[in-house]
Formats: sequence, C-alpha cells, structure tokens
Amino acid sequence: MVSLTEFLIVGALLFGLGIAGIILNRKNIIVLLMSIELILLAVNTNFIAFSYFLSNFTGQVFVFFVLTVAAAEAAIGLAILVVLYRKRGTIEVQDLDALKG
Amino acid sequence: MLELLTPTRVIFYLFATLAVCSAVSVITVRNPVRSVLSLVVTFFAMAAIWMMLRAEFLSLILLLVYVGAVMTLFLFVVMMLNIDKESRKNAYVRYLPIGIVIVVLLVGFTMAAYAPRYFGLAQMPAPLPEPADYSNIRGLGMVLFTDYAYPFEIAGVILLAAMIAAITLAHRGPVRRKVQKPSKQVAVRPEDRVRLIKMASEPKQGG
Amino acid sequence: MQTHPLILIALIITLLPLAGSLTAGLFGNKIGKTWTHRIAITCVAISFFLSCYVFAAVVLKNQPAVDESLYTWATAGMFHFDIGFLVDRLSAIMMMIVLFISLMVHIYTVGYMADDPGYTRFFSYVSLFTFSMLVLLLANNFLLLFFGWEGVGLVSYLLIGFWFKRESANFGGLKAFLVNRIGDIGFILATAAVLFYFGNLSYHDVFRQAPSAINQMMPLFPNYSVPAITIICLLLFIGAMGKSAQVPLHVWLPESMEGPTPISALIHAATMVTAGIYMVARMSPLFEYSPAILSLILVIGGVTALFMGLLAITQYDIKRVIAYSTISQLGYMAVALGASAYSAAIFHLITHAFFKALLFLAAGSVIIALHHEQDMRKMGGLARYLPVTYLTFLIGTLALCAIPPFSGFYSKDVIIEAVRLSTLPGARFAYYCVLIGAFITPVYMFRALFMTFHTQERVEPALRGKIYESPWVVLVPLVLLAIPSIVAGQFMIDRMLFSPAKLLGDTIFVLPEHNVLNQLAVDYPGAKLMALKAGLTLPFWLAIAGIFTAWLFIAGFPSWSVFLKKRFALIYNILVRKYGFDDFNQIVLVRGTEDTGRLFYQVGDVKILDGVFVNGSGRGIRWLAQAARFLQTGYIYQYALAMVLGLLVFLAWYVGGLF
Repeated sequence: MVSLTEFLIVGALLFGLGIAGIILNRKNIIVLLMSIELILLAVNTNFIAFSYFLSNFTGQVFVFFVLTVAAAEAAIGLAILVVLYRKRGTIEVQDLDALKG
Repeated sequence: MLELLTPTRVIFYLFATLAVCSAVSVITVRNPVRSVLSLVVTFFAMAAIWMMLRAEFLSLILLLVYVGAVMTLFLFVVMMLNIDKESRKNAYVRYLPIGIVIVVLLVGFTMAAYAPRYFGLAQMPAPLPEPADYSNIRGLGMVLFTDYAYPFEIAGVILLAAMIAAITLAHRGPVRRKVQKPSKQVAVRPEDRVRLIKMASEPKQGG
Repeated sequence: MQTHPLILIALIITLLPLAGSLTAGLFGNKIGKTWTHRIAITCVAISFFLSCYVFAAVVLKNQPAVDESLYTWATAGMFHFDIGFLVDRLSAIMMMIVLFISLMVHIYTVGYMADDPGYTRFFSYVSLFTFSMLVLLLANNFLLLFFGWEGVGLVSYLLIGFWFKRESANFGGLKAFLVNRIGDIGFILATAAVLFYFGNLSYHDVFRQAPSAINQMMPLFPNYSVPAITIICLLLFIGAMGKSAQVPLHVWLPESMEGPTPISALIHAATMVTAGIYMVARMSPLFEYSPAILSLILVIGGVTALFMGLLAITQYDIKRVIAYSTISQLGYMAVALGASAYSAAIFHLITHAFFKALLFLAAGSVIIALHHEQDMRKMGGLARYLPVTYLTFLIGTLALCAIPPFSGFYSKDVIIEAVRLSTLPGARFAYYCVLIGAFITPVYMFRALFMTFHTQERVEPALRGKIYESPWVVLVPLVLLAIPSIVAGQFMIDRMLFSPAKLLGDTIFVLPEHNVLNQLAVDYPGAKLMALKAGLTLPFWLAIAGIFTAWLFIAGFPSWSVFLKKRFALIYNILVRKYGFDDFNQIVLVRGTEDTGRLFYQVGDVKILDGVFVNGSGRGIRWLAQAARFLQTGYIYQYALAMVLGLLVFLAWYVGGLF
C-alpha cells in the first residue's frame, strides 16, 4: 500500500513546480494563472490524502470548496487578462511594471 | 524488493510520474496552447490518483468542472488573444539559479517534513476498505448539507459574484458609448434650450 | 495663637519697602517721578522709624528675643519650610543700620539720578534690595536666610547693570552674579549638610543641638572622616566669601563700581557685603566648635585686608579706591570673626557702614559736580569749590584711617588688639596683616583725598570755573552720615563689647577659651581714655606714618611717586594687574567656559546631534529608501519570489526544529 508520505511528496513536487512557474516565467500571464492552478491542485491532493488516511470527510469538503473558489478565481483572472490585453496590447509579464517604485 | 511492486503502487507511480512530467512541461514549453494541454494531462493524472484515494466524486468533478470548464476557458482565452510563440530573446536566465535554488530548498524542506517517520505506514496506516455499498457521494452529501451547509451557500454566492465580476470586466457595452436618442432629440422644446433675459440699457461710458 | 507684636512689626517693616518697590516698578511711569520717590522714601522712612522702635524695645528696654514662625510654606516629610522672623538684638541693630543707610541713599538718589531715564526703575530696585536684605536679617531659618541672600544677589546684579546699554556694566553685573553664585553653592551645600546632620533648618534647633553634634563625622573619602561641623562651617564661610568679597571671590566688587554711586554706597559698602559677616556672626554657635575654620577665616581675612589695601594705592578711579578699601575692611571684619570677636566684627561693620557709605556718597557728589568724571587724575584742588563735600569726605577718611576719636578708631583698634590676643593658628599672620593694613589704609585714602581735593587743578578745561556744590538732597545725607561716623564709636563701644550686659547679648556665642574680648575687657579703660591713650599704641603711629607718606608722595613731592613707579616697576605691575586674579579668571574660567561651550556647540550640537542624529537619520532613511527602492520592481513574480523566500525561512525554522 502506498503510504501517506508518497502522496504528500507528489503534492509537494507539484507545489514546487507551481511556484517555479510563477517565479521563473516571463512569457505570459497565462502561464502564471496556470501555475496557480497547479498549486491549488497540489494542495487539494494533500487534503484528499489526509482525508483518506484519517477517514474524515472534512478534507474532501474542503477540496470541494477550494475547487469552487479556484474556478471563480480563474474566471475572473482571465477576464482581467482580457481587459489588460485590450489596454496594453501585450501580456508579457515584464511589460507589466506600472507598480515600479 | 519486488514485493513492493504491488499493482497499486505501480499505478500510483505511473500516474504520479505522468503528473509531474506534464507539470514540468506546463511551465517550460513555449507554445501556450501546449502549455494548457499539458495542464489538462496533469489534471487527468491527478484525477486518477484521487480515485485511488477513494475520492471518487471529487476526482470526477475535477475532470468535469476543472478540465471541462476552466481549462476550456483557458484555451479560449489563449486562442482569442492570439499569442504568438514567444521569442527566445528574453530567457529567464537571470533568476534561474536563485529561483531554482529557492524552489529546490522549499520542496526539500517540505519533503523533509513529510518524512516517513512521521507519515509512514507505521504511523498512519491505510484505512480498512469500505463496504461494498459505500457511496462517496452519499457520504459527502451527508456532511455537506448538514455540517457545512452555510459554507455551501456561501460558495454559491461566490460563484455568483465571480460571474458578475467577469461579465462586468470584459463587457464592452453601450455603457461606455455615447449614442444618440432620436426620440429625445425630437421632443425638445425651444424653452429648454434658449432663455431670453431683459436688461436695462447702460449709458454710454463717458469719453 | 497670638502673634507677638514685635513679629508683626517686623513683618510690616519688611513688607513696606516691597510695597514701595512694586509701586515704583509697576506704576512708576504712570504716577510720575515725584510721586514715585515720595512713595518709596515714605515706605522706607516708616520702616526705619519702626525699626528704631524695635531697637528700643529689644535692646534698650531689654525685652527678650522673639522667634516665631508666621507661615508654613511647605512640608516634605520631616522637614518644613517656615517663613519666620527672629527679632533679637543682633537683627534689631542690623535692621536699624540697614534702614538708615537705605533711607539716606533713597534721599540721595533724588538728586543723583535726577535726569536719568530709569529713575523709577532705580527706586524700585533699591527698595527691593532693602526688602531682601531685611528678610535676610530677620530670618529664623537657613532657608529664609538663603531667600534673602539670593534676593540681594539678584538685585545687586540688576543694579550694577543698571545702565544696561553699557557693555562694561553688563559685564560687571554678570561677573558679580556669577562670583556670588560660587559662594552660594557653598551656602546651599551647607544648608543641605545642616539639614542632614541636624534634621532641622531653624536656628533655634540647630544651635541647641550644636554642642552634642561635635562628634558627628562626615566621611569624605572611604577611610577619612572630618567632623561634620567643620564641613558645614567651611561651606558657610565659602558663601560668606562670595558675598563679602574675601579673596579669591573678591573679583566682582571692583567691577561693581559700574553701577550708580548710590548703590555702591548702599550695597557694596554697607549692606550686602556685610551679609556674609552677619551670617557668620549669627552662626557663631556653630563656628565656635570648628577652630580649624576659624583659623582659615583668620588667614583669608588677613590676606584680604592687606593685599586688597595694597591694590588701592595704584587705582586712579576714585570709586575703585573706595571699593578696594571696602574689600580690605571686610577683611578686617573677617579677621575679627576668626578671632572669635564676633561683637567686634559687628561693631566694625556698623561703623564701617556709616563712614563707607559716607565716602561713596561724597565721591558721588564729586562725580556729579564734575559731570560724571571719575578719574582722579582729572580732578584736583576741588576743596574750595565743594566745601561741604570736602569736609564730609575728610571726616569719612579720618574715620576709616582709625584716627581717634572718630568711630573707625574704636572698632579697628579693638580688632587689632583682639587678633593679637587670639591663640588660634594663623592669628599671628592675621595680626601682622591687619597691622600693616593700618599703615596702608591711610596711604591710599589720603592719596585719594589729596589727589581729588588738594594739589593742582587738573580738571577738564570745559569744566573750569563751573564746578558747583551739589544740591541739598545730595548734601543732607552726607551730613547725616558724617555725624555717626564721628560719634558712633565712642557711644557704642562700651555697650557693644565690654559692658556686662553686652549689646549683642545672647545672640553671639563664644566659647570661653576663644573669648578674647573678655580678655580685652580686663584692660579696657573706657572710651575717652582709650582715645587719649591712643598715642601709646602702635596702630595709631602707623596711621600717622601713613598719612605722612601719602602727603609726601602725592602733595609734597609728586615726582617721587613717578620715581618709585619706575624703580619698582615689577611690583607696580603686579599691583596694577591685581595679582592676576582677573587675568586668571578671564583666561582660565571665562575663556575655558567659552571654549568648552563652543566645543559642545560645534562638535556636540552641530556635528553629533544635528549631523548624526537629526540630519543623519533623515539621510539614513533616504539612503535606506533608495536602497529598498530596488525591491519595488513592479513585477509580480519578484514579489512572489519574496513571499516564497519568507515561506522558506519559516519552513526551515520549523523543519530545523524537528531535528
């Protein structure tokens, strides 16, 4: 039987890859949003794994809600992206430095 | 050693590897469409793993909702924005070393915290298999509509809010345009536009 | 409890000059000059007559002394600060003298300051001074004494710098105040010590406890203790040194001549400078138990008496001559205190008050007659123009030089004899000092007399023929002061010093082994015989020799003094530079303080506080902001990186804790 550790490690790897995607990408914002999805996926995996091993439904309920919110956030994020594209004509991350202090 | 290669483990490692590899390709490939499709593969793999963890409902929901709706949305946007293949000129070399180091450290620490001596089979044994008529949906439903009814409703509100927000953001409608209203134009009366004022005449300034 | 009538009278006596001062100060400009001086003089005159009544009651009719507290100002634990008066023989007689001289000065001022724009201000200050001096005299505890002490110091500063538009006046005023302050430090420390060792600040309690406190030791260093009373008396005497211009705190008095002449007469001849002497006499129960300090007083008094007298010989400003003479006479009084002849010191204080005030006022008369000319080299031959002034000046001079039967003779000779009989260490030295001083005093005083009133006329050409005697408001005080200068000695000496019921009675306390006056009383032949027998005493012939010397060098053969100046140029220079006291003060203390101040300003204030802390913090923050600016790139992924970094740190900490 697969131990909890292995499930968690998979989650950790996905999480790390998601973070790396946020930090190391300069291509476009879509990849950023997708990395966020990856992170959420990793977290959900964690929850499900624990829910299974502790025989508790709470984890799954939590995943339920996380999925809901993630979907909402992805929709809004993409809407913002669309508006941004209309205004700037680009979605390259390095061109978005209006907050530079 | 070979006794570790139970079918369960083989399946798990297969799907896990698939998930990780496609996650890597999400963030590395140049073509954004391929990026999105890789993410879809990742989700599929994770759905399989979730199925292994007896979270049937959620794994299917992952596929239906997440992949089916959200990823499709991503694809729509990618294609709509007409992003061309990124040129190689702006490679992210500058942050690569430190970024990699940080991420590796992060994952390393996390994995150290997940050490088998804390979460291994001895400490956290696999639960007994459920009876044959176990229904994950039912169990989930039993909990969701009783203990977590309130968050459930709030989730609905969140979705509503997101919908409104997305529509408002992307909307390009008559709100921002100035249009003529011919009916009003025709109904104007002269008194609305011109006002006559009577003033006493002033004497001419001397000189 | 009913207040004793004498205390009430004392309160009125004290408050009337204050009322006069406030009226003159606050309303002087509104009510005009005439009313100002009328009110001020009336207040002082009433106080004077009341003080005569008190004197008659306490001294002549022998009523017992009254010591009462009127009002408790503050309490702190076991200590309470009262406002209370002690009306006994010593304070009664001092009060009367002070008010008499103050009244004379008030009247004199009407003439002297007639066309000065600060007329009303002057009256206000002089009355205020009178008030402070009275509080000082009448106080029954150390703290109230200190109030008066400080008050007279303050008013002295105000009056010396009266013509404040003059740079030298401001300098003189500040110098007086600062040097006085040094003495005040001693006094405050003494008060603290008294409170610590006696638990109380009222004279009554302290003097009562004094005999039992002589064994109390004060640890100065870890293994070295001195008797507490010695330290207390030393600190008290330091205070007295500041006020009464003993060496080395004498440097302020010559500069105080920058003030108008009336105040030189009042403050720096008769009253304020005698505050120190009065204080020591008042504290005689304490000083008697500290023979070491009495020796110190003898030595310092002797030094002051002799060396300041020497300085008077080289001065050309008439007021400075009299100022140095004052310092010298204060030295005599201090010597008397050191010899435990407190009554003699007070006696000399009284006679000195009369003739010194007289000398100052007469000098002032000369000065205004010559339109504010003070340099004696520009005077000469004024005797025929200013007869009354000349006569009174002569009387004052004779009194000062201890020529019988003038008052100075009695008081000075008693001091010289008393010192001769004292057995304390340092008495020999003090005796020779005062003896030589008896020679020096006539030298400089008659030099001043001859240079001013005799010899040839060296007056400014513009003034020749236009020198008139001063108005009567100026001359009347002179005459009124001349009378006591002649007779006070004769009448007072018996009762003051030698009769069984002494004038000062129980207010002075002398230990039997120190009591030189009792020894003198054995040989005392009575006032008239004392004058007639003067021809047998050394001091008398020294005085005559002094007069003759002065005549020789000034009036007889003036060229001899020029010759002397050249031959003994070194000594002459030392004298002119006043033994270097002023130079030392100026270079070491003043410039040292200025330099330290400048150092603190430039380095401490500008560089460190402004540069490092104030501007530096601003600059530092700006630098920090500039550096931190690079964190705000505007790129989200970099912000995300920072967050992850933080997360990493926490994780490392946690996971590290696991291991």
